[in-house]
Amino acid sequence: MAVEHGRRYGVAGSLDEGTFSADFQASHAIASLSGRLLRPNCGIPLNLDWVREVRVNTSAVERRAQTHTARRTVKKEWQAAWLLRAISCMDLTTLSGDDTDERVRRLCAKARQPVQYEIVQRLGIGELNIKVAAVCVYHAFVETALRALEGSGVRVAAVSTGFPTGLSPLQERVAEIRRSVETGAQEIDVVITRAHVFGGKWQELYDEIATFKSACGHAHMKVILGTGDLVTLRNVGRASVVAMMAGADFIKTSTGKEPTNATLPVGLVMTRAIREYANETGMAVGFKPAGGIRTAKQSLEWLALIKEELGPSWLRAEMFRFGASGMLGDIERQLEHHATGRYSADYRHPIA
Amino acid sequence: MSIAEKFLTMEYGPAPEDPKEALAWLDRHQRRFRHFINGGWQEPAAGGYFDSVDPSTGEKIAGIAQGSAADVDAAVRAARAALPKWQALTPHARARYLYALARLVQKHSRRLAVLETIDNGKPIRESRDIDIPLVARHFYHHAGWAQLLKQEFPGYTACGVVGQIIPWNFPLLMLAWKIAPALATGNSVVLKPAEFTSLTALAFAEICQEAGLPAGVVNIVTGDGSTGEALVKHSDVDKIAFTGSTEVGRAIRKATAQSHKRLSLELGGKSPFIVFEDSDLDSAVEGLVDGIWFNQGQVCCAGSRLLMQESIAEPLMARIRTRMSTLRAGPPLDKAIDIGAIIARVQLDRIQHLVDQGIADGATCWQPPMVMPTKGFYFPPTLLSNVHPTSVVAQQEIFGPVLAAMTFRTPREAVELANNTAYGLAACVWSESVNVALHVAAQLKAGVVWVNCTNLFDASCGFGGYRESGYGREGGREGLLEYLEPVWFKRAPSLPPAAAASKPGPTVHGELVSPPIDRTVKLYVGGKQTRPDSGYSMEVRAADGRLLGEAPLGNRKDIRNAVEAARKAEGWSKTTAHNRAQVLYYIAENLSQRREEIAGRLTAVAGDKATAEVDLGIERIFSYAAWADKFDGTVHNPPFRNITIAMHESIGTVGIVCPTEAPLLGFLSLVMPAIAAGNTVIAVPSETYPLIAGELYQVFETSDLPGGVVNIVTGNASDLLKVLAEHDDVDAIWCFGDETRAAAAKAYSVGNLKQVWTNEGRQIDWFDVQQGEGRWFLEHSTQVKNIWVPYGE
Repeated sequence: MAVEHGRRYGVAGSLDEGTFSADFQASHAIASLSGRLLRPNCGIPLNLDWVREVRVNTSAVERRAQTHTARRTVKKEWQAAWLLRAISCMDLTTLSGDDTDERVRRLCAKARQPVQYEIVQRLGIGELNIKVAAVCVYHAFVETALRALEGSGVRVAAVSTGFPTGLSPLQERVAEIRRSVETGAQEIDVVITRAHVFGGKWQELYDEIATFKSACGHAHMKVILGTGDLVTLRNVGRASVVAMMAGADFIKTSTGKEPTNATLPVGLVMTRAIREYANETGMAVGFKPAGGIRTAKQSLEWLALIKEELGPSWLRAEMFRFGASGMLGDIERQLEHHATGRYSADYRHPIA
Repeated sequence: MSIAEKFLTMEYGPAPEDPKEALAWLDRHQRRFRHFINGGWQEPAAGGYFDSVDPSTGEKIAGIAQGSAADVDAAVRAARAALPKWQALTPHARARYLYALARLVQKHSRRLAVLETIDNGKPIRESRDIDIPLVARHFYHHAGWAQLLKQEFPGYTACGVVGQIIPWNFPLLMLAWKIAPALATGNSVVLKPAEFTSLTALAFAEICQEAGLPAGVVNIVTGDGSTGEALVKHSDVDKIAFTGSTEVGRAIRKATAQSHKRLSLELGGKSPFIVFEDSDLDSAVEGLVDGIWFNQGQVCCAGSRLLMQESIAEPLMARIRTRMSTLRAGPPLDKAIDIGAIIARVQLDRIQHLVDQGIADGATCWQPPMVMPTKGFYFPPTLLSNVHPTSVVAQQEIFGPVLAAMTFRTPREAVELANNTAYGLAACVWSESVNVALHVAAQLKAGVVWVNCTNLFDASCGFGGYRESGYGREGGREGLLEYLEPVWFKRAPSLPPAAAASKPGPTVHGELVSPPIDRTVKLYVGGKQTRPDSGYSMEVRAADGRLLGEAPLGNRKDIRNAVEAARKAEGWSKTTAHNRAQVLYYIAENLSQRREEIAGRLTAVAGDKATAEVDLGIERIFSYAAWADKFDGTVHNPPFRNITIAMHESIGTVGIVCPTEAPLLGFLSLVMPAIAAGNTVIAVPSETYPLIAGELYQVFETSDLPGGVVNIVTGNASDLLKVLAEHDDVDAIWCFGDETRAAAAKAYSVGNLKQVWTNEGRQIDWFDVQQGEGRWFLEHSTQVKNIWVPYGE
């Protein structure tokens, strides 16, 4: 009964709830949308009709993004709670040429204890055991990070596949994924070949991502679209759909190295694509905006966007991540303000 | 609830805007507001005070003076007295005042926004981010027009004292739309805010004081419908500008018929929201949110009729329901609220009543599961599907957050359904194909068309309707014209009342060898010469009483046939302007062939001016042939990435009652601009010399003018005027005669609120090019459609 769910594509390979027992459905569900339980994404065959049907009206999306920030706001204790949520969904990241083992260890220490003990006490949130979701590093530092985070529950993500350009030979990119997975990375952030998008080579793009996925094995795969490079929102929409069909666990905006990175209009297009994919297939894909998100205020805007477009079940680290490094400091300052009523200074908080 | 719990639920929580400043302002006025007349506060002469209520709580906010006829009179007298000095100011000086008003609105923007929300119940996000910024923008933009008035509108002058009546849905914004253009063009104003929402108008009165605006230039009289009626009926008001319901608009048209008051009406709507299969559906859904769930749907241009292409109807409906579920209803001062309160209990009841009727008509009603506030006047966002054009909810304006959804199969059917309404205010078209979007936009009978966007407004772009959504525009150059008149016209003397028919005299044939062959002038309908339905003729006599011949006596059936023929010839508006020019040139050529002959006959009534009349007639046709492809629209530049195309479109079928004087030139001076602009015409020629019809149709017949574009019905002009003005398929009535006739045209036009243009019983020198031809005539021959096209990839 595709019509009842407002589905458009009659996706081959998509599985209706009817196929599974309710128990199976409930135990394997990772998210829900409008009351419907959703399974993890295992991909579907490439559906070119769907890809070509993607329409994005740039002006209208920009308008929605612009008014969204004026339509929703959170204040007082709610704001503090939302900022803590932002921390818990954070992939604390360092991806610089000057990274060292010591630098990564420092970052991991911050990941374990992102909010100062005193503030935690004052806010009365000790029970939440707030920590970031993951630490995101180059392959070279996966081992260091794993050791530093042992027992913390904080996961380790490795950027891979010739990050940030993705232009090394395919075999090397796949080998890179395998190496990181073998070293113990739980999450792999892969980049796509942007040329496939420009050329409309959707089969090639699909095959590439599907290859990455099989190399990832049980590791979570986040597919970086490079939205700053793709430029148009229509490209972003189409690449999102192909990435999900090819089995992405998460779709991620950008590398942080592009001229523009995560913007709200891009976020809208990608979350809407996720929603449509969930509606069509019954499978849930996570979302990670990365790059350019630096302030506590921005983190609230993004969380509200996710709540509006995908619903509360996406407001968890399993389904949503911020790729950020600088944002944590600003959030800490805001939290201290909540705790003390005084505006804070950045040097009062331990750096990562 | 602790932060930890909030961390788990991730609810939004309350985010109230602090109303402290606005409440302090109310308290400073002891929560009791008098009229603002002649620069100061005046107690109501009678009638006392009524309550203004916060619709989100149902509690009284303040007492508002109830205006009586005496209060209105005091305000009009103040406005009249202020006029000479105000008009003596340089345009630059008036520009400075408008600029100051814009600045002061910005300075007090938050207080105004909060006050508006308290008084009206609309979400603070809307009053803060939409209403008030647009108010400031309107005054800035019109400060510019005030500065440029002389250069840009040479030969035009202000109407004088303007009475303005505004609705409660956008109180301060509607005030700005009314007052800014009126002041920029040198008028003085008496404004009556809606009885439910007077507060921001009174706050604006204070801003006028702060800006040092001369006393009496702006007067605000508060009160209910009776106050408005007193203003409409006041004999010393030169123009009435009204925004509100079509019902009241009709009453105003009737009430002003016997006067020379100019009238602009911005009335109701049932605007279509058309979604094609190739549109960005998610964005279209957001467009709907801005369309029908903006201001609780209490928007005259709300996209209340959803027309979906069949192929995407289900996916679109699913998306709409999902989106509706995330709308938040609640206290409007909360910054994260989408749906505020309905203005009053009476409106809430009306919405419920119409929804019930829609369901009784077979519609399926869906409302999202949401918690509605327990006090105040709230109505949940509502989706009615399975609606058919026959249903009351597809026809009547609901003025609430209620969307009626229908489907269509082809672009042609979409246009047909969209235009299947007595209204014509606004429309939305969603399609990613520029071909589809613009083709459909061009065919929609609506004053505003938004392509892939909804409810965008700007001071630079005209807003106003077709059909029963009113006439006149607000905003832009087209809006200013509503407050201006040609200087010569304002000063033109009145025509003497129409003389009684001249007495019969002897028939004189001159010296003839043999009797002339009888010449029978006929009616000209649908390109054919036809005999009158009545079978009667009327005698046509020269000034000296000589019998010149007989003209057919047309009746209501002849008018009916002529209107049908005119409607069938609508294709004329779609021919290229170049082609229309060619036809007009050909008419001139053929008229010039018969110059001497026609001048000879015309001598009997026109004397020695006959030849000049024919020659000037030929020239006038040439003028409008020249104009046909030059009276272009414009492209407006609102302050974002968008073009707004202001297209000049024909009005449709125009009934023209020609002046009695200058039988040939008067006819051509009115009919030629009308057809040059693409209208089709039913003309009643001069009663003095209707025989001119016989000359004209022979010229038309030989000039490739398609049948039905010009139809001529001779007869008793007063009788024919009544039939034409009352005819619901006539889109405009032009009447050039004495005062009685002008008043009759206005009074008879109320049925479908057709546009009325008369000479107000004044003399027009048709031989004077400045008076008898030009833009003034073309402006009346066209209506402006503003098509908004945001772009970007």
